Amino acid sequence: MTASGPVTLLDQKAVERVLARMAREIVERNDGVRGLVLLGIQRRGVELASRLRAAIEKEEGAKLATGALDITFYRDDLGVVGPRPVVGESSLPMEGVDDRTVVIVDDVLFTGRTARAALNELMDWGRPSRILLCVLVDRGGRELPIQPDIVGRKVNALPTQRVDVRVPEVDGRLAVELSPLTPAAE
Amino acid sequence: MVSSLGKDLVGIEDLTAQQILSILNTAEPFKEISERRIKKVPVLRGKTIVNLFLEPSTRTRISFEFAEKRLSADTVNINATGSSVVKGETLVDTARNLEAMRIDMVVIRHGSSGAARFLAERIPSNVINAGDGAHEHPTQALLDLLTIRDQKGKIEGLKVCIIGDILHSRVARSNIFGLLKLDAEVGVCGPMTLLPQGIEVLGVKVFRRVEEAIEWADVLNVLRLQLERMKSGFIPSLREYNRFYGVSTARLERAPRDLLVLHPGPMNRGVEIDSAVADGPHSVILKQVTNGVAIRMAVLYLLAGGAPELAEAAKQGGEGEVP
Repeated sequence: MTASGPVTLLDQKAVERVLARMAREIVERNDGVRGLVLLGIQRRGVELASRLRAAIEKEEGAKLATGALDITFYRDDLGVVGPRPVVGESSLPMEGVDDRTVVIVDDVLFTGRTARAALNELMDWGRPSRILLCVLVDRGGRELPIQPDIVGRKVNALPTQRVDVRVPEVDGRLAVELSPLTPAAE
Repeated sequence: MVSSLGKDLVGIEDLTAQQILSILNTAEPFKEISERRIKKVPVLRGKTIVNLFLEPSTRTRISFEFAEKRLSADTVNINATGSSVVKGETLVDTARNLEAMRIDMVVIRHGSSGAARFLAERIPSNVINAGDGAHEHPTQALLDLLTIRDQKGKIEGLKVCIIGDILHSRVARSNIFGLLKLDAEVGVCGPMTLLPQGIEVLGVKVFRRVEEAIEWADVLNVLRLQLERMKSGFIPSLREYNRFYGVSTARLERAPRDLLVLHPGPMNRGVEIDSAVADGPHSVILKQVTNGVAIRMAVLYLLAGGAPELAEAAKQGGEGEVP
C-alpha cells in the first residue's frame, strides 16, 4: 500500500447488512433464543453485541441476556508488554452462564489469543452448555487452534496490515478499515 | 493511560499525580473480581511474592495476601517472631537469601523509617512498602483516596482533615502527600505534642480544636491513637484525649456539611472515635477495608507488568486483538 490512509473494506451499510445476517445465524444455530447469552469482548465487541442483540430482539420479540468480557487479566503477555489499561469491567447477565449457550462476540479475529483468554475467563465464571465464537471480521493469522462459528466477513490481511472495526460509540462511525501497520508496532 | 510505577512502590512522595490516578483507575475493575463466585484471575500466575512483615500487622498483611491470592500469585509469609530475624540476621541478608530462592516481589512492613527504600535499592525484586516506621504507608493512602473518590466523586478541591497522632503516623504522611498531589486541601488536628513542628510548610492547615476542624472539613480521617503514647507522656490520659479530640456524634451533629469519616484501623472505640460514629452513617471504615484489596491488586498488577512503554508501542499495532 502506498497511501498511508485507511481503506474502507465495509462501509456502514455493508456492516449493517452483515450484522443482520449474523443475528439470524445466531438464532438459527441456537434454534431460537432460549438460553441464549451474548457476551461482547471489551471494547468494540460489546458494541457489536448490543447491535446483534437489538436485531435479534426485534426479529424474535424476546428479551435477550447480554454481558461484557474484559480479558485483560487473562492475557498471556503481561510480562512481555506490561500492564494495559483496563478499558471496561466484565459483567455477567443476572442469570449467569451455567447451562446456557454463550455467544462470544468480538470485532476482529486474528491470532486467537483473545478468544483463548475469553474462554478461560468464561470457564472461571461457570459452565455454559455451549460456547460459540462470533466475529465481524476474520483476518486470518491464527497462532492457536481456534476457529470462529459465525463470521461476518473473511479478509486476507497481510501481517504488515491492520484491520480495524469502527463503531459509532467509540469512533464515531460504523465501518471496517484496512491500513498499514504503524512502524511503532514493529 | 497507564503510567509506569517503576520497580517499586516505596512512598506516595515519589509518585506523580498521574501515577496516583493511574493506580486508582486500575483498582476499579479489580473491585469486581472480589465479588465473583470464583474470586481469582490468572494475572500473576507463577509469580512468587514474599510478605516480609517484621512488625505486627493483621489488616494490611491479610489484605495483601488476599490481593496476591486473587491474582493467582504464590505467597510466603515471614513474621519477625519465629524467623531468623530474631537470631540477628540483617534485613539485606534476609532479602538476599529470599532472592536466592528466586522470588519476584517483596511486600515489606518494618519498624524503621526508610527500610523499604533501603531494600528496594539492594535487591532486583519489586519492593512494595506496607508501612515503614513513621515514614510512609502508601497503599493505605491510596485506599483512602479511592474511598474518598468513590463517595464524593472527586478529590480535587475537597477539604480533608487528618485527626490524631500526626507526629508518629506514616498513614498521615502518605495521605498528606497524596491529597496535596491530587489538589485537595489538607488539614491536621491534634494535641500540640503530637503535631510535628513546622508541618505548615507542607501546605497543610493546622487546627488546634477538633470543633474547628469539623466545621471546616468535608472528610475526616481519624487516626488510631497508639496507646503507648500515653505512657511516653505525649498525652495526659486517654480520657482527656477523648474529651478534647475524640470524634463523637455530638461533635458531628454540629458539622455544616455531610461529613465522611475514615479510620485506617484498628480502632480504639471510645478514644479517638466513638462507637456511634464508627458504626454510623458517616463512616466508610469497612468500605476502606474492601477497597484495600482492590488497591493492592492494582499495585501488584502494575508493578508486575514492568515496562508500560513497550505496552504503548504494542498497543499501536493492536488489531483489536492480542498481538
